Amino acid sequence: MSRLAEKLSQQQFVVTAEIAPPKGVDVGPALAKAELLRDMDAINITDNQGACMRMSPLALAGQLVQHGYQPILQITCRDRNRMALQSDLLGASALGIENLLLLTGDHPKFGDHKASCPVFDLDSVQLLQAVSGLEHGVDMAGKKLSQPPQFFSGAAVAPAAEPQLLTLKKFKKKVACGARFFQTQAVFERTKLESFMAEARLYQVPVILGVLLLKNVRMADFLNRNIPGVQVPQDLLQRLEDAPDSLQEGVAIAREMVALAREFCQGVHLMTFGHEDLIPQILAG
Amino acid sequence: MIIGTQKSREEWAELVKDYHALFLVGCGACATVCKVGGEDEVFAAQEWLEERGHEVVGSVILDEACHIMRAARELRRCKHQVEEADALLVLSCGAGVQSISDCVDKRVLAGVNSLFLGNIRRFGEYEERCSLCGDCILNETAGICPVTNCAKGLLNGPCGGLEDGHCEVDEQKECTWLKIHERLEKQQRQGVFDRTVQPKDWSRKYKPGKHKIDRGRGDK
Repeated sequence: MSRLAEKLSQQQFVVTAEIAPPKGVDVGPALAKAELLRDMDAINITDNQGACMRMSPLALAGQLVQHGYQPILQITCRDRNRMALQSDLLGASALGIENLLLLTGDHPKFGDHKASCPVFDLDSVQLLQAVSGLEHGVDMAGKKLSQPPQFFSGAAVAPAAEPQLLTLKKFKKKVACGARFFQTQAVFERTKLESFMAEARLYQVPVILGVLLLKNVRMADFLNRNIPGVQVPQDLLQRLEDAPDSLQEGVAIAREMVALAREFCQGVHLMTFGHEDLIPQILAG
Repeated sequence: MIIGTQKSREEWAELVKDYHALFLVGCGACATVCKVGGEDEVFAAQEWLEERGHEVVGSVILDEACHIMRAARELRRCKHQVEEADALLVLSCGAGVQSISDCVDKRVLAGVNSLFLGNIRRFGEYEERCSLCGDCILNETAGICPVTNCAKGLLNGPCGGLEDGHCEVDEQKECTWLKIHERLEKQQRQGVFDRTVQPKDWSRKYKPGKHKIDRGRGDK
């Protein structure tokens, strides 16, 4: 059982963060960042995040394992068909990767390879199902594996997305297909999280709240305009605008979200964009 | 209907530059309706070519360029003109182009890009609703095809990009899964949300598609 799985099963509060693989072959900076994140329970390795081509997260996650870190390998359905996904999953297990976050993936339209074929041979629900199959020793064609992998599979959810009833329908399917933890898109509104968790809690799967450090109002505006599923509400924009030190205000907002997570969820997933040094402040209190 | 657009005049110029005498082929079906290869467009193409110093030795609007045998027959009637031509410029969908390229040895130039199987909203406005995927799920999705209408072709519900009811890929467009959800609610049924839809069987879509009606049994 992965360390992350163990902690979550013991009802402990977990903290995760993320690293994007390099656009190039030098993993040095990524490993240096992992060192800054040494206290995290696990580190997500993003998969061609925002549909921008980077090093394979499988390769970087493998390196992290070798250096004693606990990665969560993100796998999206955008770039590979079911054969490639399954073979990567077997490869991940061989590299000692235990935690997965199984995602649909952003559309290529958002990225730097707009002309590439959006694969989506599977969706995230079917990918979760495929992983369960592999764990039971059968691939998607029904063929037996010589040695099945064991994973701790997670999925994503956007608690702030409306209508919540529809979000919950997909959430339910993900649980039924083997999601054993959830990491959420960044949430900034207490009421939305509260009503989402009131329903989600019934499924007894740990939910790790996405907490995003807003550096300034410009960044918040950018997120609102460009990042699917992230909405920073007006009152927070105003707070960032009015604050003498917007980064410190961002830290304060993040700290409030962490407090929300302690109230409703079982962990936080921190997105700090180069401000890893501020993590202790965000988690304080 | 097959929706197409004409290639740009720059592309046409590049295509025809080595051929002096051209025979033009249009199509009376889809290409006429979406204004890429009907009589008007073939005439306009002729004028454009002549202005550029080409000779147009003849033209024909086939009833349905996609009908292989009929296209060949209609083209045989223009045999002499076709013989005079250095190349044929075809203003039809890709299927039509291939009916023609199958029955002449001359160079066949495709002047149109085929886009999709389209529904017609109103004149000049077309929407793709069906991808001809060979594995129809419409009965469970309240008559809205997610394979085609969802930018990612997802089968089990919306992606994380759903925001204010809009699609992450096109904010002008309502999320297809939201539409499916709302219509199913209206019909008071769970439909596709009642089960995990299994991955699509792409073997039904091996290319090239081929289908033969069994005349004895009907199309079962």
